[in-house]
Amino acid sequence: MRDVAVIGVGLSAWGEVWKQSLRDLITEAAVNAVDDAGVEKLDAMFIGCMSGGLFAGQEHIGALAADYLGMGPIPATRTESACASAGTAFRTGLMAVASGYHDVVLAGGVEKMTDVDGGATTRALAAAADQEYEAYHGVTFPGLYAMMAVAHMAKYGTTREQLAMVAVKNHRNGAMNPHGQSPFEVTLEQVLTATRVADPLRILDCSPVTDGAAAAILCPLDMVSRFTKSQAIRVTGSGQATDTIALHQRKDICAIESAALAAKVAYDMAGVGPGDIDFAEVHDCFTIAEIMVTEALGFCEQGQGGKAVEAGETALDGRIPINTSGGLKSKGHPVGATGIAQIHEIVTQLRGNAGGRQVKDAKRGLAQNMGGTGASSTVHILEVI
Amino acid sequence: MGLTTARYWREVPQRYRMEAGECTACGEIHFPPRRICMKCGKQKFETVVLPDTGKVITWTVIRVAPDEFTDLSPYAVCLVELENGVRLMSQLVDVDLDEIEMGLPVKIEFRRIREDGADGVLFYGYKVVPA
Ligand SMILES: [Zn+2]
Repeated sequence: MRDVAVIGVGLSAWGEVWKQSLRDLITEAAVNAVDDAGVEKLDAMFIGCMSGGLFAGQEHIGALAADYLGMGPIPATRTESACASAGTAFRTGLMAVASGYHDVVLAGGVEKMTDVDGGATTRALAAAADQEYEAYHGVTFPGLYAMMAVAHMAKYGTTREQLAMVAVKNHRNGAMNPHGQSPFEVTLEQVLTATRVADPLRILDCSPVTDGAAAAILCPLDMVSRFTKSQAIRVTGSGQATDTIALHQRKDICAIESAALAAKVAYDMAGVGPGDIDFAEVHDCFTIAEIMVTEALGFCEQGQGGKAVEAGETALDGRIPINTSGGLKSKGHPVGATGIAQIHEIVTQLRGNAGGRQVKDAKRGLAQNMGGTGASSTVHILEVI
Repeated sequence: MGLTTARYWREVPQRYRMEAGECTACGEIHFPPRRICMKCGKQKFETVVLPDTGKVITWTVIRVAPDEFTDLSPYAVCLVELENGVRLMSQLVDVDLDEIEMGLPVKIEFRRIREDGADGVLFYGYKVVPA
């Protein structure tokens, strides 16, 4: 296998972007990534998208993206793993370059979520769960994470306040991110009294509905000297794992095993452990998710994720800063784009371009992207060359 | 999303009669039934009917519901562990929403799941109530 580097990243407009369509978003992100990398042509594209069908009535996203980027007739394929769709696009692009099938590959992700109303959004997101044995009974996506939260609180003593502290921390980081959808701080009090969604989760425990796209350009490490426009960043670890689609068949509903398994593969590949990671972007679709993933990635002991955020260990100036971008919570969560937006933040930090939210001496970052209630996870480790 | 009669009918043995698949090799019981045993990988099963009592493992109260469930909101859903260890997700009804707790003993009942939609299908199945 060849070593691989990221030579360019790009984002589209991000948030409630009424003026832009699905094709506008992915094209904007792709153009920005191509410009950042300084490449003339691509050999292939992999585009993550969770539900172009339910959100925009549009499937066949790979061809659409290649067409509007003016890169046809190159091979272009959509990847789908619910909210981990872009994480799998990145990993698929990585494998395509590492294997020698392609040299210059664009891995992207897109979701246009605000063209449908709230009920349709809830239903589209619930499509990541088990349709016949979860959604049929009126169980929503926040409802599933709420049940994980109730179980985690009962088993480990995680508190309602600790959940809220995740939102407060991520909004504090996100307020320094010019790309974010909700770049403002929130108080503990605001989170604890916000509108209830699925007990104990309130609206400020949940990531928002977001339009957006992200893209990254990959090439073999030994080819980076041809593309010197922006600083190249090496991809040293990649892992992916799955778990049961339905929560009721999990061995342990208080742990995200797919994240732990994907992380183990990525750590082994990179030859590092959790203690060697300088900062991480993790899938905080709900506050409880960040706590459980912090544990799964080995940044703290199982069950101690709530205490870690309370102690400030995951804050920007903490032992292991988590979600410096603001996370899905503040930056926004266009579901099919999030995995690459995380890569964008890792690359931005490793290049030292993160401004007020810059992590000091950032040399190695980790991105964890997740689909469903953890039925899919990807983990990537990137390092300064 | 439309739910056709055929799609609804395929799940009837599980939803109406609580039928599960018991692996003839290792005894693991799967709900819903599967083709391949999660525990031992064998592919032979006998149909068994699940016990109708269990306890709440975790729960939540849904306050922002999908369109089809809006008129039931707020409503409780829970993860139930039945007497034989099999788990399933269900609505928890006929209960004071403030009095749900871990370990609450529950019993399965046959109920209408939600109001009729535009699909021309009546939605029935199991719900649980305090035992
Ligand atoms: Zn078996």
